[in-house]
Amino acid sequence: MVKDAPGVAFGDRVRIEDYAGGIRNGQVIRAADDAVLILVFEGTDDLDLERTWVRFLDEPVEIALSPELLGREFNGLGEPRDGRPPILSNLRRPVAGSAINPAARTYPREFIQTGISTIDGLNSLVRGQKLPIFSGSGLPHNRLAAQIVRQAKLKDEDTSFSVVFAAMGVSYADAKFFRDEFASSGVLRNVVMFINLADDPPVERLTLPRTALTAAEYLAYDLDRHVLVVMTDMTYYAEALREVATAKGDVPARKGYPGYLYSDLAEIYERCGRIHQRHGSITMMPVVSMPSDDITHPIPDLTGYITEGQIVLSRELHNQGIYPPVHISPSLSRLMKDGIGKDDTREDHPRVSAQIYALYARAQETRNLASIIGADELSERDRRYLTFADAFDARFVGQGESEDRSIEATLNLAWELMSSFPRDMLTRLKETDLAKYYTGTD
Amino acid sequence: MTETSRTGAIRDINGPIVTVDLPGARSGEQVKIGELGLFGEVISLAGTTAVVQTYESTDGVRPGEIAVGLGFPLSVELGPGLMGGIFDGVQRPLEKIALQSGDYIRRGISVPALDRAKQWEFTPNEALEPGATVSGGLVLGTVQETLTVKHRILVPPGVAGELEELAPAGDYDIEASIARVRTAKGHILKLSMYHRWPVRRPRPYLRRDDGISPLITGQRVIDTFFPQLKGGKGAVPGPFGAGKTVVQQQIARWSNADIVIYVGCGERGNELVDVLESFPQLDDPYSGRKLMERTLLVANTSNMPVVAREASIYVGVTMAEYYRDMGYDVVMLADSTSRWAEALREVSGRLGQMPVEEGYPAYLASRLAAVYERAGRVETYGAGSGSVTLIGAVSPPGGDFSEPVTSHTKDIIETFWALSKELADARHYPSIDWVTSFSGHVHTAAQWWHKEVDPNWERRRTAALALLARDAELSRIVNLVGPEALSDAQRWELEGASLIKEGVLQQSALDDVDTFCSPQKQFALLDIAITIYTSGAELIAIGVPVSELQNLPILAKMRRIKSMYTSDQMDQIQAFRAEVNSAMEEIRIEYAKQGEPVLS
Repeated sequence: MVKDAPGVAFGDRVRIEDYAGGIRNGQVIRAADDAVLILVFEGTDDLDLERTWVRFLDEPVEIALSPELLGREFNGLGEPRDGRPPILSNLRRPVAGSAINPAARTYPREFIQTGISTIDGLNSLVRGQKLPIFSGSGLPHNRLAAQIVRQAKLKDEDTSFSVVFAAMGVSYADAKFFRDEFASSGVLRNVVMFINLADDPPVERLTLPRTALTAAEYLAYDLDRHVLVVMTDMTYYAEALREVATAKGDVPARKGYPGYLYSDLAEIYERCGRIHQRHGSITMMPVVSMPSDDITHPIPDLTGYITEGQIVLSRELHNQGIYPPVHISPSLSRLMKDGIGKDDTREDHPRVSAQIYALYARAQETRNLASIIGADELSERDRRYLTFADAFDARFVGQGESEDRSIEATLNLAWELMSSFPRDMLTRLKETDLAKYYTGTD
Repeated sequence: MTETSRTGAIRDINGPIVTVDLPGARSGEQVKIGELGLFGEVISLAGTTAVVQTYESTDGVRPGEIAVGLGFPLSVELGPGLMGGIFDGVQRPLEKIALQSGDYIRRGISVPALDRAKQWEFTPNEALEPGATVSGGLVLGTVQETLTVKHRILVPPGVAGELEELAPAGDYDIEASIARVRTAKGHILKLSMYHRWPVRRPRPYLRRDDGISPLITGQRVIDTFFPQLKGGKGAVPGPFGAGKTVVQQQIARWSNADIVIYVGCGERGNELVDVLESFPQLDDPYSGRKLMERTLLVANTSNMPVVAREASIYVGVTMAEYYRDMGYDVVMLADSTSRWAEALREVSGRLGQMPVEEGYPAYLASRLAAVYERAGRVETYGAGSGSVTLIGAVSPPGGDFSEPVTSHTKDIIETFWALSKELADARHYPSIDWVTSFSGHVHTAAQWWHKEVDPNWERRRTAALALLARDAELSRIVNLVGPEALSDAQRWELEGASLIKEGVLQQSALDDVDTFCSPQKQFALLDIAITIYTSGAELIAIGVPVSELQNLPILAKMRRIKSMYTSDQMDQIQAFRAEVNSAMEEIRIEYAKQGEPVLS
């Protein structure tokens, strides 16, 4: 985009002044001894070759950190968006971050109760996990994310999360929804917002999640807070990356996205976790909208390979008026196994989850069958699955937007639904579970 | 290796690809970049200009800074102290790095893989006397590396001559000289307990042999249906969420190998931590010791620099070959080879090489093949037979098995455990799909099973697969016209297949009882399931309605018995077999009675 020729460091920040005195920001993306390639965050529109001044700041892209961050709103470079003065602090950190040493990590295993049955019961979230919401346009992912922010807490503990909210390329209305939501639920004092709207420069979207995560790391590891990072929408982030990659002339891999999309996304997602001997933690909930609801599209696909599971929303359930429309079959939480069970939630939890999945999978097959041959042709046994699936969608998946179910309530509801089957059909459960919780008549 | 280093200057920085002016550089040579001292490797040369790929982020590096050519290629240190450790993609010990640079990995940090200060108790090889002729691969002595692993100290490949002196038993650090060898040319070489080896060059061996015994993993769908041999190569492809990592971790936990090398290549940090935290607690079912004592981790997580990810597979396989050369059976798990291939793609893209399929360079297939070919059972130079089994996870984008990495891998490997999204969605784990998976080792494995477990193994396995194939066929019919269209015998076939699926194939890694299944228990479960099916089919043939069989309590028990009794409680499982036989016999007698009036 802009070329010049001093000995400048790779990755450094650049300030550009155009002919009218307007200031733009940039970053060095290629440094050679005779030329420097600069990425201009605000774009190169209206720049000319004669009257544009470039200043190399000789520092990487950094953000100032202090406890004052909470309650504020910034752009992708950490500059205030709320009309208040910038953060003054001696503590500045480069937003690029470095890789956490795997040997310094601790395995996440503390169950977070979100109050949402499909998540708590079947795809449990633990502290330090990255669990994205895969959604589609028009689906209520923002409402779900907001509900999780409102309700998330550790079982038997009252500490609430600090929230880092990163919005990339979202509409004004969506940003406003979250702002109002945080204000009305009284968590605003505990939230840092980084916002880049749909009409803001797309290149700034590339630094925004890194800036937000640098703030999150500060809150978690310097201030010992438990941080929940909500990022929306990663698809717009990846599109901005594609835009820049194409402009640079990078070799495209799938659907025009650069080959390093996976590594780039991983640099963001892997910044979450738990670290030995540090009290704070970073839990991440990115929202990924699947273009044309296609889960195999590179963005959800690569995200799924990096994150520790996914919560998938379904248009079909949404159209039936079920909220939250979580489609459990493709949803998964990889870190669930160590966060649930006897000492964490309840001893039957892992098997209840497995049994519900098995019944629901069979019920889906039966639904398909019923749509071909008609429900009347089904056997007694198969009809039982249909009744179960309908009740499950309506009562277990569906719940109110302000309904905060405890994990016990979720598990008891699961037992109530499973008890419509005879004991013999519940082969994933142990005899002891059945003796304790089974309420059917056999 | 101690060749004098040469210096030059940086000219161009393009992400991890740095162009330097470095006269006399060699292809593959290690280079230190800039004032930070980032490590890199020469990947192409033109005149005095060398293109270097760096293993770390180049942020903040400037043109004009110094570049130092180190004179040797990317190598690993091989000696006692590797077991139980966790290393990054270029064999830096991550635990020691954490002590030095904190929770994050500081760039340019350099720590040798092996502890220089630690004293090891060396026991010399009694058969060696001064004056003996020694050559590469010969065992000089042993060190008890962990309670499970006896580390054999080898003469480094390429060294040959007359042994002048061998150190007596005692404690030595790894740099101490333990042997002196006079070469044919009269040079005196001092050998210590470790040596270095370039990772991109396969270690030599005497002879390559065919695999003969199966790798027992304790996983029924693997051992019984799609067996792997010691020294074989296999792939586990699957879309995300299908359970690749759990399959790999189960193999790492329960396989009957001497050494397990787990390479986390571009995958999640938390998964490695899971291994790191759980393995020191878990018992090795064979030695009774802790699993971590025979396990070594190489970790280049997805957020770590991409070039080191490309190196990590070579680093892992070189260490695997080293333990093979001691006469051990080594299993190396690479999770995931797709990320490795993507690292190749990223570097080739930055070099502006012509992409062929989906942006991958043309040499993808040959590089993949070369890595997998380092697996095998061999006769070593000095320690008998050893093997490297290489199992790579493949992460096809969108779960599409026709993409380049999966399809090229499929051409090279012998065992293919294809994971299915549908099975995983129904929480049928391991989600290894019995239709698309294959093993080229069934015949060889059968000889072992027939000798060690039961001569009917292959017959039962075939019967089960036939039943599963029938099931797929009948399910199609059911989906078109409904179950009512099936005869009793056909419905019983569906029931039989379901018994195989739920009672045998499904195996929960999280269930304490069922997570490991001995070959004896594997066969018993399979045999009982087939027995239930065949004797049921006979009863249906004499007129017993299928609904009566479907209500038998033994069916529910068959589905549950795998997690009721451990592999040590075989008598209980055999008791269940008797229960099955008598239940079936009871129905037979009842129906024979009903038939009696006709006879009398």
